[in-house]
Amino acid sequence: MMAKLTTTTTLAALLAFGLSGTALADIKIGATLSATGPAAFLGDPEAKTLEMLVKDLNAKGGINGEKVDLVSYDDGGDPNKARTFATRLVEDDEVVAIIGGTTTGTSMTIIPVAEDAEVPFISLAGAIEIIDPVRPFAFKTPHTDKMACAKIFENMKTRGFTRIGMISGSDGFGDSMRKQCLAIVGDYGIEVAADERYGPQDADMTPQLTNIKGTDGIQAVLNPGFGQGPAIVTRNYHQLAIDLPLYQSHGVASKGFIDLAGKDAAEGVRLPGTALLVGDLLPEGDPQKPVVDAYKAEFEKETGTPVSTFGGYAHDAFAILVDAIKRAGSDDPQAIRDAIEKTSGLVGTTGTVTMSPEDHLGLDLTAFRMLEIKDGGWTLVE
Amino acid sequence: MPELMQFLLSGATVGAVYALVALGFTIIYNASDIVNFAQGEFVMLGGMITVFAHMAGLPLPLAALLAIVVTAAIGVALNKLAIEPARGAPVVSLIIITIGASIFIRGAAQLVFDKQLHRFPAFSGDDPIAVLGATILPQSLWVIAGALAVFIGLWLFFTKTLTGLAVLATSNNRLAAQLVGINTSWVMTLSFALSAGIGALAGVLVTPITLTRYDVGIALALKGFAAAMLGGMGSPHGALVGGILLGLLEALTAGYISSQYKDAAAFIVILAVLFAMPQGIFGAKRTERV
Repeated sequence: MMAKLTTTTTLAALLAFGLSGTALADIKIGATLSATGPAAFLGDPEAKTLEMLVKDLNAKGGINGEKVDLVSYDDGGDPNKARTFATRLVEDDEVVAIIGGTTTGTSMTIIPVAEDAEVPFISLAGAIEIIDPVRPFAFKTPHTDKMACAKIFENMKTRGFTRIGMISGSDGFGDSMRKQCLAIVGDYGIEVAADERYGPQDADMTPQLTNIKGTDGIQAVLNPGFGQGPAIVTRNYHQLAIDLPLYQSHGVASKGFIDLAGKDAAEGVRLPGTALLVGDLLPEGDPQKPVVDAYKAEFEKETGTPVSTFGGYAHDAFAILVDAIKRAGSDDPQAIRDAIEKTSGLVGTTGTVTMSPEDHLGLDLTAFRMLEIKDGGWTLVE
Repeated sequence: MPELMQFLLSGATVGAVYALVALGFTIIYNASDIVNFAQGEFVMLGGMITVFAHMAGLPLPLAALLAIVVTAAIGVALNKLAIEPARGAPVVSLIIITIGASIFIRGAAQLVFDKQLHRFPAFSGDDPIAVLGATILPQSLWVIAGALAVFIGLWLFFTKTLTGLAVLATSNNRLAAQLVGINTSWVMTLSFALSAGIGALAGVLVTPITLTRYDVGIALALKGFAAAMLGGMGSPHGALVGGILLGLLEALTAGYISSQYKDAAAFIVILAVLFAMPQGIFGAKRTERV
């Protein structure tokens, strides 16, 4: 009887010890991304990027000698699923941090879960609501729409434009950016003389563009939008031979946009983009060049698809997290959170990140580059 | 009036796209009373298969032909694997099966192809043609011509050919059709093949204008369905007129009233028309014997 009890206890102790042993050796990082569903073109490169970076980091010995274990879920762009997965990540998987929330919708449902569990959360979505007001455990990597508007208006101002037309998509992205742009356009001494809309799946925007063309004194046109809309707007713009500078948003900053719009139609289009798009154009000595080149080369070798800005957001989130865990010297979520907030001068694909208790994004306008399309490729305007 | 002309040309372009999609609904509907909600996915497949066959090195006409043949085969498979086994089920159940099929095809397309937007070159280049101070792209003329050709083909099929009459007979009374010697199961297979083929042809023609992705079918089917309802479900005349009318409504609302409310305006007009004419403009009056 006694002997039997001892064996059981020893076994249980061994088992418990063995289990906690593996738990100690691995740093568990969680992710819930929209690798399928309507936001798949964002979530898919993000998921692939994280997978690749974790594999790489572990091959190089992990963080402070500990391997990283990535628990990744696909929420399909559904906010309810994202919330469920976030709960599962903190309760069952016991991760030390969460990356993800591909869209603003999914991010906003993950935030309360992360806040309650006091686990740091780095979102990959655009909206300013994620970090404004600042919540202790919520961070994000992409620029806000407002910053894109500011970058575009700054450029218009230097070209002396004071009267512009806008044609915006009525999808979430186009709608949000249109509002942000209208809110700050006055600060740049610019007046929006025509404000047209189109549906995200529309096949022809010539009526709206004809109206913009017919409005007096317009000097440039801005198209906040996403997906196929901006490509069709650009083609129709060319079709109507409108002779004014056309600005697109950061939402279409990818090589795919030039292919879809066509080389001729896209000629001269300007848009704010990240350094990742124009790695080979950056001058030697640009702090972002080595980071951008390394990520681009590796991602393209690993997946065989060209890099996108969105995968870059995941790259930066992972870099911020790894950097924070290294500095924290522990995998305690609270310590990691404190370290993320002290991130300083971290060079990512989107920009140089310096966070503070008041700023959980840590980017400024210099991170955006104003690009112009010439001969089917990108050129730097500045 | 170059503005009005531009609005009309835009409306004709978009309307022809809707009409082509709407025409695809007619055959299956005529054969079985089923509104095939996977019709948009046939359009998507036509575009996507052409894109990927073209990227793999096939010349564009061959790629387009391949897309139409493959999609027609998928249409047949849909009938054999999903519709035929549920033959005794009420029409509503069959319609729900087509919704399931559309979700399945979308999911499969995501895996087989990818999740990016695609386009292939327009058939006759991208140089706009000037018409009375407005412009239209050559591809729009292809779409309009395609819609007209499919319309004439369908009209001849349903009025002049024995097979077309057999399709109509099957829809009217399957048992009676069988009694007069019509192979109704073959008629169903044929109608799915033709509908899918027409859908794929629409996809081939419209992709240079609308672009394509695994999920474009939903929006196209919705507009095509609205056009078909407006014109009268099952009538080739109705599909053509309904499509063009819907396109013109949208373009004129966007041009003269507000681009923000153009979809709403179009749907209000559809509701008003259906209120006065529940069968659509060209829809056959049906009397149900109880």
